[in-house]
Amino acid sequence: MKVGLFVPCYVDMLHPEVGVATLELLERFGLDVEYPQDQTCCGQPMVNTGCEKEAAATEALFVRNFEQYDYVVMPSGSCTNQVRNNMTAVEQTDAVKHVRSRTYELVEFLHDVLKVEEFPWAEFPHKVALHNNCNTLRNLRIASMTERREEFFSKPIDLLSKVRGLEIVKLSRPDECCGFGGTFSVFEEGISAKMGHDKAMDQQASGAQYVTSSDGSCLLHQEGCARRAGTDVKYIHIAQILNGARA
Amino acid sequence: MTEKASGITEPQPRGAVIRGNHPVDQSEAAGRFMAAPIHQKMHDARLWDLRQKRDAEMHIIPEWEDLRQLASDIKQHTLTHLDQYLEQFETNAKVNGIHVHWAKDGQEHNSIVLEILKKHGAKKLIKSKSMLTEECDFRHSMAENGISVIETDLGERIQQLDGEMPSHVVVPAVHKLRSDVAQVFSKTLGTDPDNDDVHYLTEQQRETTRPLILDADAGMTGCNFAVAETGTVVVCTNEGNADLSANTPPLHIVSMGIEKVIPRLDDLPVFVRMLSRSALGSPITQYTSHFRGPRKGGEMHIVLVDNGRTTRLGMEKFWTSLKCIRCGACMNTCPVFRRSGGLSYGATYAGPIGLILDPTFNKHKYRNLPFASTMNGSCTNVCPVKINIHEQIADWRKELASVGEIPFAKKAMMKAAGEILASPKLYRAGLPLANSTLRHLPRFMLYNRLNTWGRGREMPHAPRETFHQWYARNRAGKKKDVSE
Repeated sequence: MKVGLFVPCYVDMLHPEVGVATLELLERFGLDVEYPQDQTCCGQPMVNTGCEKEAAATEALFVRNFEQYDYVVMPSGSCTNQVRNNMTAVEQTDAVKHVRSRTYELVEFLHDVLKVEEFPWAEFPHKVALHNNCNTLRNLRIASMTERREEFFSKPIDLLSKVRGLEIVKLSRPDECCGFGGTFSVFEEGISAKMGHDKAMDQQASGAQYVTSSDGSCLLHQEGCARRAGTDVKYIHIAQILNGARA
Repeated sequence: MTEKASGITEPQPRGAVIRGNHPVDQSEAAGRFMAAPIHQKMHDARLWDLRQKRDAEMHIIPEWEDLRQLASDIKQHTLTHLDQYLEQFETNAKVNGIHVHWAKDGQEHNSIVLEILKKHGAKKLIKSKSMLTEECDFRHSMAENGISVIETDLGERIQQLDGEMPSHVVVPAVHKLRSDVAQVFSKTLGTDPDNDDVHYLTEQQRETTRPLILDADAGMTGCNFAVAETGTVVVCTNEGNADLSANTPPLHIVSMGIEKVIPRLDDLPVFVRMLSRSALGSPITQYTSHFRGPRKGGEMHIVLVDNGRTTRLGMEKFWTSLKCIRCGACMNTCPVFRRSGGLSYGATYAGPIGLILDPTFNKHKYRNLPFASTMNGSCTNVCPVKINIHEQIADWRKELASVGEIPFAKKAMMKAAGEILASPKLYRAGLPLANSTLRHLPRFMLYNRLNTWGRGREMPHAPRETFHQWYARNRAGKKKDVSE
């Protein structure tokens, strides 16, 4: 199984350790993982701003980078959603269709494709609050949502429950958006930051020592808000916990 | 100050500044709402409470998701046979002795109503809450023609007295504290400005409004559902004020959007079971009143209003927004709405449903609204008729960008981003150098006047190297390039 690793731009630049953890974690399962070095972005900033035409060349580059892999895996639900559900600016060739249908967010890849039973190396003796990115939750359906009348399920909690010592704590508004919203965080800064501060306070009140998520963009925003608000909750990507980070 | 006073002195933040056809600046108004922390916190808590009550009611009904699908299907069927059901409704309403009128827009609606009132020599009209009459700017139009209009819904009456639009389709004064209401009533009804006890305020409002109701010449209601097979109109309220409006004066006029029709009486319970549960988290509205014809000696009229609805029905990506039953569940759950207040949208419809309805009335004036969303999708999943609201928000952004209705700076920035991100060389060249202090977001996000990240958030700490550099150092043998 040949896997292409996509590292979102903000992870590459601001949290390279998340990319490293994702790569090492996938390698632990004996996969042949490559990081195509000409990768840039999935096209989401332009598409989310309505500028679909402006995204076409970036989408085409993404497909050229990843068309030869069996799977494309990335530590980001919103980038996965862009590729799988919204990558329509580029002409829908067989290569494009292949890439779109074979792109997975890390948690669902571990849960649904690899069907991982255990993480013997993982131990995280802390109280952890889970944040599900909205795209991951409501578009990729990585977990049940409180808006719907449906049986509880959660792929990230399934995986985290295999980590020794980890205790999940509940938030008062578990599904509430944190306000990142991609370009929303820049264009609608006031509401975005307010939502982030409210989220940080909810996380603090939950007694969590750490917040984890399968999406680094939400964490980046939440951590920025939490540091400004002066809370002492720490933020860590789920790839790092599953790869054996202790703190 | 009396014992009954809450002691709150924070003034009520006002809504968006409206300047003719200029694009409404929702985020500016939202900023002022958030700068009033008592109001903002109350507003968020009140609406989140409604959302939680809605969830609790949903869990009582095992077939909830099936009901949503059924409601959506009934609306879909009706909207795709709208001409047929409207004609059936008209025929049966006439058989019931109701006068039926057709209005192509708000102005025509107002003229028709005015004609009816003139014919009866009516000068004083009482009405129940109706979003359609807000679309038609009905009260202003009547005032210009010497007709006095009194709102009978308490929240709507407060808004009328304060000269504000409703901020929410179901709870129109939800953005106000009782201290705000005390101020409004003291100025308009002569109450004690220092007494904001809710019982006192409600009683005063009742005492001053009841005589106006008893004295009215005509009554107007909206319409929640119109049943084609019976020619009857159903109105849902919690205060019984639609019944007061319809039954006190001898003349009853119904304002009805053409999308309100449903085929059969048997379809009605599907919606009635979900309407109030979705809106307020209560099993049913206190009153679900069926108006089947004029009462003895009275007269009943229905004005069927298009006002842009047939145009919307022809919009491939947006026509299903006509399924909306105006429950407001999308507003209650929307994290942006709860923090900005409904008046910040500066339009008849606020919140998620507003983001997709308002631009159908005016693409330029409401061009910023579809961007007042994180597209988190909560709205879509609480919607009782399964409108894909967050996807339509995304589609509106595309539509607005394609017709040049996004700000030039934003468009230019996205064009530049698109060019840089399509070229690995330009992209890598634009990144901050490794081992230097990486204090900022990438250049294409940073070096423009729109970057505002640091106002409410700390910048992330600088890593020593990018993942790209780490990979080159640690997995050099695995290099994989594609030519540009």
